[in-house]
Formats: sequence, structure tokens, C-alpha cells
Amino acid sequence: MGLTFDNNRPIYLQLMEYLYGQICRTDLKPGEKLPSVRELAVKVGVNPNTVSRTYMEMERKDIVVSKRGQGTFVTEDKTVIQELRQKIADDKIGDFILMMNQIGLKNEEILQLMEQKMASRKEEKE
Amino acid sequence: MNKPEIYLKNVTKKYLRQPAVENISFQLKGNGVYGVLGENGSGKTTLLKLIAGLLRPSSGTVKVMHRPVSRLSSKDIAYLSDADSLYSFQSAHQLIHFWEKVAPDFSKDKAFSMVRELNLDVNMKIKNLSKGNRARLKLVIALSRQVPVLVMDEPLSGLDPLVREDILKLIVMNADVEQQLLVLSTHEVSEVEAFLDHVIFMKDGKCILEENAEVLREQKGQSLVATMREVLA
Repeated sequence: MGLTFDNNRPIYLQLMEYLYGQICRTDLKPGEKLPSVRELAVKVGVNPNTVSRTYMEMERKDIVVSKRGQGTFVTEDKTVIQELRQKIADDKIGDFILMMNQIGLKNEEILQLMEQKMASRKEEKE
Repeated sequence: MNKPEIYLKNVTKKYLRQPAVENISFQLKGNGVYGVLGENGSGKTTLLKLIAGLLRPSSGTVKVMHRPVSRLSSKDIAYLSDADSLYSFQSAHQLIHFWEKVAPDFSKDKAFSMVRELNLDVNMKIKNLSKGNRARLKLVIALSRQVPVLVMDEPLSGLDPLVREDILKLIVMNADVEQQLLVLSTHEVSEVEAFLDHVIFMKDGKCILEENAEVLREQKGQSLVATMREVLA
């Protein structure tokens, strides 16, 4: 799996974003089991403690549930996942608009540009 | 297995009158991967040997698992030497059986399963193995011991990038980092970056920074390599 980390930011955050992506796209379905800590650590090439921390953070935010002796599972509560998707989208679009405003584009111009881009480009997966 | 702990207080080691390690104090508590980083000659190997009980400090105290280190501490510590530490006339098969007798905590099954996974020929004499395979075999021996503290001196040095990656994977897969404390020294900082929980920067025999890796990234917003450049400059 091609997962390269930006070493300037905490790795557990990047791993969390990666997993959130999978959950929001339902590559990991509600109620599905996440890979074991060690499995994921070997797969993406990080320390197992980093993966544990990622799972712990995600559990704190109720995105995943850990069941004693069984592993960690994606929450079955679809509204939580919907909220997560909404929140990530809000944050990213907020950043984007701010960025565009900073280079002097007005809101209508941004919309126009977006429509042009969208028309010429197919949907992409991460 | 007890909770691993390493404690150093005002530790100095001199070779004749030349100090190799000077006035180092820190405490490593609990499980995780600790990286000792620094240039050649900064005292990394001396520090690891002091922790493993292979050197006596000229002054100061070194404690592992709440007891001052001595040669007897080897029952709590597995040490991977930088130098060639295997008997060249043995085969991997003989080597594993030898270790089973020497170290009571040695798991023969674990060793054989790792060897099988690595596709090493157990009947070949060690002197006929390639350098990469000798390094792998050395690591298999260290990882097969069920001890609270693992000390690895330059497990990656002198190996090509693909073998280095392989060796890191072997460590992640087989070291029990939820139980064991692993200290490793290296100068391939960028390669071990994602594997470290905690870093110890050494310069001229002194410990100049000791911090959690994620905390460093969060606070400084830069990679360990950049931090290393900053603090060691």
C-alpha cells in the first residue's frame, strides 16, 4: 500500500486521516473490523504504538469501538460517520475558500472556476 | 514480564582519560521504541553498552529493572552487537539450538518460524551467508528472547536500503513493543523516523535532547531529521 507520511506532522494524525478516508468512502463499512494494530503497523511501516494511539484517538471520538479481546471495529452508528464526513468536508472547503480569498478571488469567481474544473475532470479516488 | 525500566544518573564513561559519555541522566519507562541518534563517535555504542551491562561506568549509576546493571542483567536484556557476534562455523540450526541452551527465555519456535519466514537455509554455515542474511540471523536471535529490554546497536548499518526496510519490518513484526522496551541506535534517521516513539540525541558524549517523537513533531512542526540538524549543528 502506498502510504507516505509527511514527517513534519504527527504520524498518528496522518494515519487517522487515512483511516477516516476509508471509513467515509465505506471501504471500511460500519461495523467492520479494523486490521489489528500490528498488521496495520507492518502494512504502512510505522511503530505499533503509533497505530494504538490512532485507534485510541478514534475511539475517543466515537468513530470506532474497541471490543475487549476481539479488536477494533468501525462504529455501526451511520449518523456518526455522516457527521464525520460533513466535518471533514466543512474544514477542507473552509481552508480552500480562505486560500482563494487570500489570492484575491471573489466568491463568484471561485464558484465559476470550480464549475469549469468539475466539468473537465472526472471523479477521482484518493 | 515486568514493566521495563532503564534509569541512568550522572553516568560518565572514560576510556583512559578520554570521556566517551559524559554526565548522562535519563529515565526510560514503559514499553516502546527508543532511538539513540547522533553522529559517529558521539557515544551511542558506549551508552548502549553501559545499559546492557557490558561496560562499567567510570562514575554514576545505571539501573535496569530497578537493579544496578551487572553481567547478571543479561537475563533481562537482549543485546544486538554492532560487530559480528555469531560463530561462523555454526549453521543457523546449530545456532538456534545453542541459544536455546544458553538463554532460558529463548523461544526456539519463534526463532524457527522467523527463519522460515525469511527463507534462510538453516543448514548453511554462517560464514557462507551473505552480510544481509547474517544481519537478519543476528536479529532473529535477539528477537527470540522474551526479555523486557532489547538493546540494538546499529541494526541497520552497512546494509542496502531494501534489506534495511526488511529488517525494520522484521523488528516491527516480532518485537513486542506493547511489552518490551527497545533501544536502538542508528544514523539512518529518516528511515526509522516512523518507527520511533522516543528519541535521544547524542553529541560529543552528551545527551542533548530526550523527547517523545510525536511531541517533537507537534511542537516543532518538522521532521526528526530537521530537528536533528538543528540540535546537532
